[in-house]
Amino acid sequence: MSAPPILTVEHLTMRFGGLVAVSDLSFCARVKEITALIGPNGAGKTTLFNCVTGFYKPTVGRLRLDHPHDNASFLLERLPGFRIARDARVARTFQNVRLFAGMTALENLLVAQHNPLMVASGYTVLALFGSPTYARAQFRAIDKARYWLERVGLADRADDPAGVLPYGAQRRLEIARAMCTDPVLLCLDEPAAGLNNRESAELNAFLRALRDEHGISILLIEHDMGVVMEISDHIVVLDYGVKIADGAAHDVRNNPSVIAAYLGVADEELAQTEAEVGL
Amino acid sequence: MEYFVQQLINGVTLGSIYGLIAIGYTMVYGIIGMINFAHGDIFMVGAFLALIAFLVLVALGVSAVPLALFIVLLVSMALTALYGWTVERIAYRPLRHSFRLAPLISAIGISIVLQNYVQVAQGARVKPLPPLVHGGYTLFEGNDFAVRLSHIQIIVVVTTLVLMAAFSFLVARTRLGRNMRACEQDLKMAALVGIDVDRTISLTFVIGAALAAVAGLMFLLYYGVVDFFIGFLAGVKAFTAAVLGGIGSLPGAMIGGILIGLIETMWSAYFSIEYKDVAAFAILIIVLIFLPTGILGRPEVEKV
Amino acid sequence: MPNDVEPAHPRLGAFAAAKEAALAALVAFGLFALMVGIRTEQGPTGALIFTTRFALLAEIVAAVFVGRFLWALIRRNANISIGRFVPTSAKTAVLGIAPYAAAAFLAFALIVPIIFYGNRYLLDLCILIVTYTMLGFGLNIVVGLAGLLDLGYVAFYAVGAYSYALIAQHFGLSFWICLPLAGILAAFAGMLLGFPVLRLRGDYLAIVTLGFGEIIRLILLNWQDLTGGPNGIPGIPRPSFFGLPFNSSEHGFAATFGLSYSPTHRIVFLYYLILALALITNWVTLRLRRLPIGRAWEALREDEIACRALGVNTTTTKLTAFAMGAMFGGFAGAFFATRQGFISPESFTFAESAFVLAIVVLGGMGSQLGVAVAATAMVGGFELFREFDQYRMLVFGAAMVAIVIYRPRGLVATRTPSVWLREHKDIPAVIVRDARTETPA
Repeated sequence: MSAPPILTVEHLTMRFGGLVAVSDLSFCARVKEITALIGPNGAGKTTLFNCVTGFYKPTVGRLRLDHPHDNASFLLERLPGFRIARDARVARTFQNVRLFAGMTALENLLVAQHNPLMVASGYTVLALFGSPTYARAQFRAIDKARYWLERVGLADRADDPAGVLPYGAQRRLEIARAMCTDPVLLCLDEPAAGLNNRESAELNAFLRALRDEHGISILLIEHDMGVVMEISDHIVVLDYGVKIADGAAHDVRNNPSVIAAYLGVADEELAQTEAEVGL
Repeated sequence: MEYFVQQLINGVTLGSIYGLIAIGYTMVYGIIGMINFAHGDIFMVGAFLALIAFLVLVALGVSAVPLALFIVLLVSMALTALYGWTVERIAYRPLRHSFRLAPLISAIGISIVLQNYVQVAQGARVKPLPPLVHGGYTLFEGNDFAVRLSHIQIIVVVTTLVLMAAFSFLVARTRLGRNMRACEQDLKMAALVGIDVDRTISLTFVIGAALAAVAGLMFLLYYGVVDFFIGFLAGVKAFTAAVLGGIGSLPGAMIGGILIGLIETMWSAYFSIEYKDVAAFAILIIVLIFLPTGILGRPEVEKV
Repeated sequence: MPNDVEPAHPRLGAFAAAKEAALAALVAFGLFALMVGIRTEQGPTGALIFTTRFALLAEIVAAVFVGRFLWALIRRNANISIGRFVPTSAKTAVLGIAPYAAAAFLAFALIVPIIFYGNRYLLDLCILIVTYTMLGFGLNIVVGLAGLLDLGYVAFYAVGAYSYALIAQHFGLSFWICLPLAGILAAFAGMLLGFPVLRLRGDYLAIVTLGFGEIIRLILLNWQDLTGGPNGIPGIPRPSFFGLPFNSSEHGFAATFGLSYSPTHRIVFLYYLILALALITNWVTLRLRRLPIGRAWEALREDEIACRALGVNTTTTKLTAFAMGAMFGGFAGAFFATRQGFISPESFTFAESAFVLAIVVLGGMGSQLGVAVAATAMVGGFELFREFDQYRMLVFGAAMVAIVIYRPRGLVATRTPSVWLREHKDIPAVIVRDARTETPA
């Protein structure tokens, strides 16, 4: 029996003028599962992410997010960007890390908790003159920040500006920051990029822990097959904006269309492969 | 109807002058992302240089108007281009790799310097010039109103069209134009493929200044009077025109210029002359609400 | 070309330097030949005539030649940069005393009227400096913290001043009621400006805000019935000491406190008033920085896209920045109106916006102390240059250019974090983003 869906993508198409980046894509990401989106460069993976997280408005299609705990349902294509993070509780990281470089790691994580803190501060007015409610809320926020910094191994760098952190640390900080928004769905854009084997293994352990201990559902774009095959519960393969495979890691790994898309096919074998794949 | 056509003619003439200045703004912005606040004052310097050159020529005995105009055009273009070059070298190039606001402050400082330099050098009073180009044509009449197209108006519009064509050719077909477009797309990469970025940028400023000089001469001939303050207002309106047309776009600068010229003229003619500048800004704001990158601006697709 | 490795070869050095100097002199000649060499005047008939000033032109070109020659020689033969004149120990010492500098500055500001009691001119100057400091604090919220390039800040100054003048005149309310009202109206104006610019990128934002400033000024200039047009509004009620007027009557301030009447009393009161307003602005800004809204402003400046991805409502964040900045500008405007007793559109030109922006940028983005120091230096410097007469603005503009080239990030080159876990480390300005003029990439 499979888990209930958390993100349902239905017939999503994204067109930029004449260019079709994503074409009639449908799949389902399930609760407490790690769903990987793979495919060659230009396949439309980041475009999909941008649609899910509200940076693009899809040309056609529906993106439904169902909260696992309170049965709330959101149509992501209709929500303004910030509401997807705030109300639907979808968090994301970026392909080219987007930290607040001039602010410290701790400050970055506090910005992530902006909304609860704003409410606690009485939308600034109460807290301006010193309100104990706000002081408590800030305390809790710093605690949460400290927790996530420790989880990603950056507790000793809490007061360093995010811009001077080494690349791997920046990526981890971005994940920590995303986690501080208490998401139900975490979208990670190439989290393993630029990591060596040891760091990738640590990332795998971390993502599994997020799934198992915190009940977070994860949607990730990744090129590192080691990571993908190791931790994904479910893989969706895209090529030129079209879904070419969808299933468990084992099935996808042996799928001839996937192999053809990634490795390319020698000219002599082209006709044969096309027949196999069904073109 | 006749009145309307007259305003149309006047508006297009004024708009051409704005357009010439706007091209300078849009080029510099396109290539180094900088709002050259001092550009309006370069235009003013060009107008003054033209004025002085005229006086000198007349004193030297050159009385044939077309010849004098031609010499003045060349001299003021050359010298104003020199001002543009100097300003870029001294005030903008050291800040090229600095953060964004520094060149803006520098430009504001240069604007102050240029305005006061001219004020100190030539006095604060307005400088009138007797009309040099006379006459025109009466296009048609009706309702007691004669629609006139003056020679100077023809000169302004034709000069502008010629320069626009020459300039578009430059950007599209010559090596310099290609270099400019490359720098506009990606400055670092352009340097890496061997384009002399410093020289390209300098030339951009120089050409912008030369066009502003032409605008200055046209202004002088059309209005017959200059003072050290015309740069600010003309500059702001020309920049508005560049933004309206879509900053970074050459035809946009021209279209924006003509639009601003028309708005200004029509508003003064039909509503109130005091609020004509308000009208121009208000139209800009309204357009930007619906077209956030201007009329011909490239629509922004955020690369996330 | 390395100019410190080769042994100094005086002959070659001189020749190359001379070439450089000749080129510079040629450029100078081109620049100044017509503008300086020829002086146009309106002659007796009204037409333009001109006189020549070739001697002056020759002097200037010669000076350029000599100056450039010397500079080129020095540069070739000695590895000199201005920074080397300042020993490192002095530099670190300067950085170390920064927190004490703020306290010292404040202490000095508090006792200014006592020190300068007899000098009306200096007191007025200090009032002007504090007024611009307050304007700088206000604009700092918009430009320094939120990174929104506002070129029309003077509009809020004007709205505050005119609101105060009109309310005080028509409704006869006291200063203490009119002041907040003026601020609220200015805040509304700030939100009014904020709405159309929400989606705009930095440079478009800049021109629209500039346009807004000009629109306000033109409306003030032309709506004669409401604003008095170019004549402005005279006879604005002067401030009183909580009801006690500053005159020589027996109910006046002087009589009530047993002092002999002096017009300086009012000036001193005005000084402390603006100082209090500025300090309140400062305090509020520092508080807000530590609150979620302030952090959201700074995050907006750093990366707007990341903000949205974290659930921050960038629309309300931007509007709040505009409104807060505008409100403080409005307070300053109200003060200005009551201090002058008379206002006209001439005081609210773009030059004022540019001046305040220069204060914020030269002070160092987001730094309160930097703004105060920059305001003192610029307003004070401007006064000092008074001896230059008509050359004053020229020198001022040149100084602006020189300062920004030398220190592009401003005087205070660090950002202080608003919260820290273990240690309080200042962040060097090079990492911190500024108000951009293009889309976040």
